[in-house]
Amino acid sequence: MPYNAPSPLEVKVLTRRFGLPNSHMIETYLANDGYKAFEKALGMSQDDIINEVKASGLRGRGGAGFPTGMKWSFVPRQAPKPKYIVVNADESEPGTCKDRLLIEYDPHQLIEGCLIAGLAVGAQQGYIYIRGEYRYLIEHMDRALEEACARGYLGDNILGRGIKFHLATHSGAGAYECGEESALLESLEGKRGNPRIRPPFPAVAGCYQSPTILNNVETFCAVPPIILQGGAYFAGLGTPKNGGTRLFCLSGHVNKPGVYELPMGFNLLRMINEVGGGVRGGKKLKAVIPGGSSCPVLRADECDVAMDYDSVAAIKSMLGSGGVVVMDEDTDMVRAALRIMRFYAHESCGWCIPCREGTTWLRKLLQRLDEGHGTSSDIDLVNDLSKNMLGRTFCPLGDAAAMPTISFVEKFRDEFEAKIAKSARPAERLVTV
Amino acid sequence: MTFSPELEARFEKFLAKYPADRKRSAVIPMLIYAQDEVGSITQELIEEVARRTGVTPLQVDEVVGFYSMLHKKPQGRYHVQVCTNISCLLVGGEELWDKACRKLGIGHKQTTADGRISLEEVECMGACSWAPAVQVNYDFYHDVTPEQLDRLLDGLAAGKRPEDIAEVKKVSC
Repeated sequence: MPYNAPSPLEVKVLTRRFGLPNSHMIETYLANDGYKAFEKALGMSQDDIINEVKASGLRGRGGAGFPTGMKWSFVPRQAPKPKYIVVNADESEPGTCKDRLLIEYDPHQLIEGCLIAGLAVGAQQGYIYIRGEYRYLIEHMDRALEEACARGYLGDNILGRGIKFHLATHSGAGAYECGEESALLESLEGKRGNPRIRPPFPAVAGCYQSPTILNNVETFCAVPPIILQGGAYFAGLGTPKNGGTRLFCLSGHVNKPGVYELPMGFNLLRMINEVGGGVRGGKKLKAVIPGGSSCPVLRADECDVAMDYDSVAAIKSMLGSGGVVVMDEDTDMVRAALRIMRFYAHESCGWCIPCREGTTWLRKLLQRLDEGHGTSSDIDLVNDLSKNMLGRTFCPLGDAAAMPTISFVEKFRDEFEAKIAKSARPAERLVTV
Repeated sequence: MTFSPELEARFEKFLAKYPADRKRSAVIPMLIYAQDEVGSITQELIEEVARRTGVTPLQVDEVVGFYSMLHKKPQGRYHVQVCTNISCLLVGGEELWDKACRKLGIGHKQTTADGRISLEEVECMGACSWAPAVQVNYDFYHDVTPEQLDRLLDGLAAGKRPEDIAEVKKVSC
């Protein structure tokens, strides 16, 4: 197995079949509660299904944390247009590598989640949008879909019950922007992945301008356990308004990096020290990005926090997509900020000027600061530019670039100043950027 | 334009996935799979995909320009992609990138003179907990050390399939 060993502190709900022999095959799935939630859902009304998901306190695992049951309830079920289910498997938020495992080890759980969502809103077609780099997963998922078809869980007459639901994979081709839901829908329609203006939200006008449920892989995977064991059970695993468990991806300077399923509200320091085996090389912790590169960085003294959406928001960061990036005392924070901005500048789709120009100029300024040619006013300019990007773009990419940058500058300004002071060539202030 | 029977079968499957009046949805999957066979996105390929999906060549071309995995220039037989994004950066991704550039004598999006290896510094590829990560074509290599990269590149330069290098943790189902 190429991945990490499990931790005894994990609470395995979505990942409970990981590690079983042939966990990806339908026989293993069926022998371990597979498709039982769907059969249970067949006996429930659409409102019952949605209410169960609401009761679970499940919130979107892609990053925004919007309550899933509420999102589903926005779909106008009586509308004459066909309804669609779309799975966001475009996993590209730096620091995040969990959806990969959910598809690799338990693809049928995802299929079952889609089936139940389909029942809840009356959809007959779903698409799983998988990033192009995950080619092996696209083919892996296709095989699982074929298995499900052969066993009658997908098709025109599911389990002989007269229910129709088809599910297909769709390959991306390399674009972070397509992880944003409206850009993903554009890409699914064969266009450039530029975001759409919202409202209308995908629940009303999504795939092919039809009502659409669009959620992250992990969100759909949480649905079968919720239906099978009840929303209250799932909610009870987490903290108030933050139901269940979630997959945290530990990376960076930890002894045992890996993907771990932990209850919502698990303490971040415990996660690093007890699940992740502490900071590598016995070094001191300097900072943590709690939920993928778009989230404001936390100083070590801020890390005694419960990892749920509300607690992390209370300290002005985000739980995000579950990518916990750990940085030790020797980490060069200017370089880290620059690398993150290089990413956003590369991935900005160019649709909105504040993001396209903002990320490009921030990259240049941070490059200059990193190389030691910057000035104190450059640091202020980075902060000012970032703040002026906030809320001024169609999609959250502009914010995602600005928010961590502001946090790096405000929390680690001394490191930016130190690079300027260390520069051997203070006179070269006019280096072109 | 003619393709292999396997690719033709794949195209047929792609076109069947979407509603009859939404063939345009197949543009990106068709392009990326065709590129693997053709070697790059040629004008002829753009026109063929446009014809089969009922859009204009310009509508296909603008898509090609948007997605980083679609390229009009042929890549090496082995396209080596090194991630240097934050999680990889912290554990040696930049060192791997520098090493690869020095060893091959080429840079970002360049190909060796014999056409065997091309190099690209890529953004996060979703292997953060097993960083630093390298991808060769579509195969992932996890927890790559500089020594392993050395051996991997030596193997590729000698025309050996990357599967031959057992020391590097590899994922491909």
